[in-house]
Amino acid sequence: MQTFDLEALGLRKLNSTLHEQVEDTNQTAWEVINPKGSHAIAVGLDTPIEVTIKGSTGYYCGGMNQKATIKVTGSAGPGTAENMMSGKVIIEGDASQYAGATGHGGLLVIKGNASSRCGISMKGINIVVHGNIGHMSAFMAQSGNLIVCGDAGDALGDSCYEARLFVRGSVKSLGADCEEKEMRPEHIQILKELLAEAESDAKPEEFKRYGSARNLYNFDVDNAAAY
Amino acid sequence: MCGIVGLFLKDKSLEPKLGAMLSDMLVTMTDRGPDSAGIAIYGSEVNKNGKITIQSDAPDEVFSDLEQDIKTATGTKVSVKRKSTHAVLEMDASEVNSVRVALNKIRPSVRIMSAGDTIEIYKEVGLPKDVAARFDISTMSGTHGIGHTRMATESAVTTMGAHPFSTGSDQCLVHNGSLSNHNSLRRKLRREGVHIETENDTEVGAAYLTYKMQQGSTLGEALESSLKDLDGFFTFLVGTKDGFGVVRDPIACKPAVMAETDQYVAFGSEYRALVNLPGIEEARVWEPEPATVYFWTH
Repeated sequence: MQTFDLEALGLRKLNSTLHEQVEDTNQTAWEVINPKGSHAIAVGLDTPIEVTIKGSTGYYCGGMNQKATIKVTGSAGPGTAENMMSGKVIIEGDASQYAGATGHGGLLVIKGNASSRCGISMKGINIVVHGNIGHMSAFMAQSGNLIVCGDAGDALGDSCYEARLFVRGSVKSLGADCEEKEMRPEHIQILKELLAEAESDAKPEEFKRYGSARNLYNFDVDNAAAY
Repeated sequence: MCGIVGLFLKDKSLEPKLGAMLSDMLVTMTDRGPDSAGIAIYGSEVNKNGKITIQSDAPDEVFSDLEQDIKTATGTKVSVKRKSTHAVLEMDASEVNSVRVALNKIRPSVRIMSAGDTIEIYKEVGLPKDVAARFDISTMSGTHGIGHTRMATESAVTTMGAHPFSTGSDQCLVHNGSLSNHNSLRRKLRREGVHIETENDTEVGAAYLTYKMQQGSTLGEALESSLKDLDGFFTFLVGTKDGFGVVRDPIACKPAVMAETDQYVAFGSEYRALVNLPGIEEARVWEPEPATVYFWTH
């Protein structure tokens, strides 16, 4: 285990050190101490290393991640794991606004609550939130799975495309063109696998599925020529 | 951007450290807005005295003989404590208004930062660390305070454009965001006789709340109605003599983090601002909900 004191050595040193790790590095386990809410911790990693951040982080922790597993023992600020490509980001506490925004792949697990705009414009990422999510979550979500074991706030899935949204608790309101959909066996299977990977004991059968009603202007083939 | 901090003390033993804790929080937020900074400190009430904090660009000339000139004009005994470009005038609380009127005549160039029983506001163009050092904020004690570091969008970078804005006795407001309907609201409030000094959007927000409270609303009710009447982005932190309140617009894209322990309630635009507070690891830390009013009073 390599320990890195962020307060003593600074952010640039941390990220450049993590970027220097090659695919078959021996230094596969890292611990970052004294994060103190700093921004852009462990951003842009592209090797399968494990980084544990002991404390709470600021903006964009784990952004653009590929292959790495990043764990935050506290809470995370806005834009956590934004644009993640692959790998895993686990937040033990809460996550602020737009967690997992525009993510293309990988798994984001939030063990507490997520704030507004969770999974906004998600493009293939899987997000599992053990608690609740805030308003405007999955806005314009395009692909991937958002699984919420608690409740969802206002305007869930507004103008979404093909992302699957699963909520166990209540949904305060659905956004434009978002509707409840039938749960089929393949959806139960998706939930089973992702809940297990996210260490949640919620039962797949307890969830409802929401998604695009495909009624907005851009879903009408007669409007295709306009683009 | 802009950075906001606030600290409301429950534990009296922390009061001597209020200025130091709040300055530290504000300096941490410097990169959210480095063009001007300001702090409002609510001190302890002394012998039913009132305070007026004034500012001048030519303090040497303007503040000299001020005690004597106010005495001549109003017959009121005033103590003048100068701090850099600012001065705190202390007098019997019943004389605050007459001194204010007199100042307008005998020192028309002076700007009034705040007036009330316990509030003092210090604000200037510059980095938070320089502004805090200039006014020796870290040695100040008090019951609660709020601070702001500005990245200007809606009006010029000037002392008067810096936050906090005070538009009523012992009231002040800091703001992260931008109001879209401030021009029409300013016209409306001015028609109602509300004095608004600048073309700044935040001052309109402050004046709106003051107006509502003059009409009989509590701070909580005034903040509630701001959600209906103000258009735009805002996270507001409002100070009164007894405490402070927080409200965010329904979209809530301007960040806000709060922490509460048995000793204090703290507010920061980011968690970073709170990390040096005592017992922060065990504090309840949360994000204030959109369109929800929070306030704490002593």
